[in-house]
Amino acid sequence: MTDATQTRHVPDRLNSRAARIFKSWEALLLAVAIAIFVINSFASPYFLSAWNLSDATFNFTEKAMIAFAMALLIISGEIDLSVASIIALASTAMGLALQYGAGTTELVIIGLTVGVLCGAFNGFFVTVLGLPSIVVTIGTMSLFRGISFIILGDDAFRGYPSSFSWFGQGYIYWVFTVEMLLFVIIAIIYGVLLHKTNFGRTVYAIGNNPTGALFSGIRVQRVKFILFLLTGLMSGIAAVCLTSRLGSTRPSIATGMELEVVTMVVLGGVNILGGSGTIPGVVIAAFVMGLVTFGLGLLNVPGIVMSIFIGLLLIGVIALPRLWAMAAARRKS
Amino acid sequence: MTRFIPVRETILGGAILVLLLLISSRFAGFVAPSNLANVFNDTAPLIILALGQMVVILTRCIDLSVAANLALTGMAVAMINVAMPGLPIPVIIAIAVLLGALMGAINGVLVWKLAIPPIVVTLGTMTIFRGIIFLISDGKWVNSHEMSPAFTDFPRMVLLGLPVLSWAAIITIILFGIMMARTQFGRSIFAVGGNPHAAVYTGIDVGKTQFWAFVASGALAGLTGYLWVSRFAVAYVDIAGGFELEVVAACVIGGISIAGGVGSVGGAVLGAIFLGVVKNALPVVNISPFWQLAISGSAILIAVAFNARAGRTKGRIILKEAEATQ
Repeated sequence: MTDATQTRHVPDRLNSRAARIFKSWEALLLAVAIAIFVINSFASPYFLSAWNLSDATFNFTEKAMIAFAMALLIISGEIDLSVASIIALASTAMGLALQYGAGTTELVIIGLTVGVLCGAFNGFFVTVLGLPSIVVTIGTMSLFRGISFIILGDDAFRGYPSSFSWFGQGYIYWVFTVEMLLFVIIAIIYGVLLHKTNFGRTVYAIGNNPTGALFSGIRVQRVKFILFLLTGLMSGIAAVCLTSRLGSTRPSIATGMELEVVTMVVLGGVNILGGSGTIPGVVIAAFVMGLVTFGLGLLNVPGIVMSIFIGLLLIGVIALPRLWAMAAARRKS
Repeated sequence: MTRFIPVRETILGGAILVLLLLISSRFAGFVAPSNLANVFNDTAPLIILALGQMVVILTRCIDLSVAANLALTGMAVAMINVAMPGLPIPVIIAIAVLLGALMGAINGVLVWKLAIPPIVVTLGTMTIFRGIIFLISDGKWVNSHEMSPAFTDFPRMVLLGLPVLSWAAIITIILFGIMMARTQFGRSIFAVGGNPHAAVYTGIDVGKTQFWAFVASGALAGLTGYLWVSRFAVAYVDIAGGFELEVVAACVIGGISIAGGVGSVGGAVLGAIFLGVVKNALPVVNISPFWQLAISGSAILIAVAFNARAGRTKGRIILKEAEATQ
């Protein structure tokens, strides 16, 4: 029995459906998101503008795409710290292909393929060799970005075709960007995958009790391998979007993004020890982080200071419920 | 026999020797004693940090905030030095160690009292510490001409043929060797990592031991913070960026099991020296320094695969907390 399972409120089945929804982590998070939205619109006159808000979504769409896959991975009890480095490697591969005259279609295919291959590489070490995912992905975090550095040095790839810029800079309709559309589609896919399919149930089962899952006939290692593949694929998609948006590739691209992705997942109510969490939670967490960084940006807070908030948010969202539970326990005794 | 000749350390030591032989076959100057002393001196910060990280990893935790801790302490002592150039070096070192220990204690309290997974805590504090450097320094650099000569000369001072920086590493190795093997705290670290349940029944407070492990790691990061800033005679927000990975790499290569409970001072030191030799050999054998990152990444993967084969225990979900915290 870990502390985490005791302190996290497990909804009682006897509660009514409405009460359950009302008391959930997601409801609390939604309230926070609305509060931040209101505070922001008072703090800066530039906040409530459709175009500014549209720009703000770039703060989280790419990260959130990865966060959905990462949520499943963390629910299953593993973690992938190499996602930002996968972006760097996929982006470098695309830049390299560009030098050999690849068109937009080839670039996208290469980006996604490299992402999947990196995921498979992580998955191989974790599921086939049975190594702890945290060490493996700390290793591949250096390795993948290291390969980018070997290829690029302190150089950069530029000159992506204009049709390629559609992914990161294009608009579907009015202020709605291509990335937003991708974000919504991916959110729905992962929501259905986790909450409505057999596969989703096995992910929870593995996270709660891997041995039990194995004995009930779930191919634990295969499911985990697929989850690493998915995380790699999403990093590939994020690499396409980010490269397209920036229009260039440097080996230092997306540095530190793994932290923000993990923060987003944890903020979304996914138990870092595995076993519980929801996709709607991650969606709201993405909005919360996007709004916070955008609001601070409008107030001219530099990026590195924003990272203090992200760090505090990460520790705070886990610490506060535990402090709350400790205080409640003390009151009872 | 294996009691006296630990297999893992012997293999790693052998690998380092082979590496040195390979390099010396083409560049004899690399293995000259004076150059080896330089390599050791260059690796000293990594050795010191690896020892702190070892203690943390042995208790089933991980400290990803060491490099940020180092950078923050370094910036703090550099700014103190600029403000008060007359402050004697021992006082500066004491401040650095205490400040580092304080940051380690913050990590430790969150892990001990709130039972937050160490990886989450230290990922968070890593960014917070980096952000604080920006806040206190306003993003500015502290350059060598602003620092007092005593401040920058100390780690370079030669005692008995070796610079103080090297001696700092040697003293830390000896202290930690004694601590791990001969003190109650050292043994309880192994007990906590090896089997937290059993540790509780033998009267060891698991959370408290983890707390002190973080304090030790933080204190060493603080010490290294001063040594680093004074050696390179510059302090800015990004110093030692990503160095925490190299520190974890040194530990993993040195055979310290990320699952806790298995590892040795010798392993951590050899792991750090291995990375140090590779790093210093790259420019000599004419390979671009951009290879460094990929090489240490590969070294982590090879080492962890190798070590897992050597001592496979039953599977354990990563991030799972020590089970007996209450």
